[in-house]
Amino acid sequence: MKKLINQVDNIVNEMLDGMTAAFPQYVKRLEGFEVLVRAAGPSEKVALVSGGGSGHEPSHGGFVGRGMLDGAVAGAVFTSPTPDQVFEAIKAVNGGKGVLLVIKNYTGDVMNFEMAADMAADEGIEVEQVIVADDVAVENSTWTTGRRGIAGTVFVHKIAGAAAEAGLKLAEVKRVAEKVIANVRSMGMAVNPCTVPAAGKKSFELADDEVEIGIGIHGEPGTHREKISSVNDISDKLLAKILAEGIYAAGDEVAVMVNGMGGTPLMELCVANKHVKDVLDGKGIKIAKTLVGNYMTSLDMEGFSITLLKLDDELKKFLAAPADTPAFVQF
Amino acid sequence: MASEIYECLSKIAGIISENKDFLTELDREIGDSDHGINLARGFSAVMEKVNPEDADIGATLKKSGMTLLSKVGGASGPLYGTAYMEAGKVLAGKTELDAEGLKSAFEAAIAGIQKRGKAVKGEKTMLDAIIPAYETYSQKLSDGADMITALEAACNSAREGVEYTKTIIATKGRASYLGERSIGHQDPGATSSTLMLEAVLDVLKGK
Repeated sequence: MKKLINQVDNIVNEMLDGMTAAFPQYVKRLEGFEVLVRAAGPSEKVALVSGGGSGHEPSHGGFVGRGMLDGAVAGAVFTSPTPDQVFEAIKAVNGGKGVLLVIKNYTGDVMNFEMAADMAADEGIEVEQVIVADDVAVENSTWTTGRRGIAGTVFVHKIAGAAAEAGLKLAEVKRVAEKVIANVRSMGMAVNPCTVPAAGKKSFELADDEVEIGIGIHGEPGTHREKISSVNDISDKLLAKILAEGIYAAGDEVAVMVNGMGGTPLMELCVANKHVKDVLDGKGIKIAKTLVGNYMTSLDMEGFSITLLKLDDELKKFLAAPADTPAFVQF
Repeated sequence: MASEIYECLSKIAGIISENKDFLTELDREIGDSDHGINLARGFSAVMEKVNPEDADIGATLKKSGMTLLSKVGGASGPLYGTAYMEAGKVLAGKTELDAEGLKSAFEAAIAGIQKRGKAVKGEKTMLDAIIPAYETYSQKLSDGADMITALEAACNSAREGVEYTKTIIATKGRASYLGERSIGHQDPGATSSTLMLEAVLDVLKGK
């Protein structure tokens, strides 16, 4: 394993201090906790808290700032943060209007965030939660934990964050977040796996000519592997699964995200995005907004995911609203 | 001399630490490569919190559970944290483990895990080791066996449970995303809970 690290155990700690040092105008660290909150402190609006294991940078700390999150909790690499950490974040960002937790659908994340929500409720803080489950690679059935939350989560941060900034009440911000969740779908693939620093070796093995389809964002293997083909072919496969959901039809307006998994050149993401646009154009689906880049990564994994979000007037308005965070700035 | 509960926890921490890489490797195959790392971090924190003089089994387990909850993370943190805290509740005030006490601790731990994880037997989780172990333990006690004999048999059932997890598809936790590809791999959580039971047996036998 070759990594630019000091001590494996100290990576998250050092990363958070490094982020705070780079973006003091946006974020500060809660002393003694793995939590980033807005530098300006809480304001009188609904607050949004998200988080999860580390290794997905810029998620989630990179989206703390005006128009998006109020707090982000960082667990160990690919490990959900613990309830006490989430609870501290909730207390720190609460401005009296309640707190919405944006949780990605993983067994551990849901359990830890729910325990934190119980602790906050005991202290009289109004807390609601939404669970993002946008990954179409996993079938949503009684036979699985349910679909995973992946890159589509960033759209929840953006749009629910704008709704909170606009002064909507907690129940309304939650409604908007749930509307995003109902209309967002993603699917990803890997050309090469990632290496979890503490494990020291690749999270799965791929031959030189193989790719893994349907990966999650924690280095877990995907649904199947196959011989590598062109990025257009691969994009077609990912899009086919997303479009098969029956959410996106001719005449609809969507937001597109072509998300890098951490080790993918922007050049390749742009090539993929060109094809996504061609395919959607061909189907008469109008693209209102495109994001291309590293939003929800998986350490040094090479690969990408495609996300589509169907927009209505309300979602479009909040998506277009200003945001000012380390990893997402829009005027 | 160290208390019984301290010896048990210390033995568990030692076994988890020895098997850290093994558990992580099992998790790499069907999960996210962190089970051994997270548990080892949690139990080394537990060992910093407990003292050899801590005699109250219930209070010590509760303290251990709280520590696991705040140090392990992932799914195993809340699950083991809850299991230890629930077991601690029923053993409050006790300073020596007896056969019935262990049985009720087993029951409380299982109920806690099920409530938190919303899982049942047969979903390729830690419950596939713990529930058969409990059933055997309880059966052996009603057959008139002593605590150690019953726990020995329970550990066998736990190991069989781990073997059984190789044959089934995961429907809970991260391995469930793999579908049929999870077959052939043993569940890391079932494995770690079996190691914990074996540690307790070891301590009780050594008395």
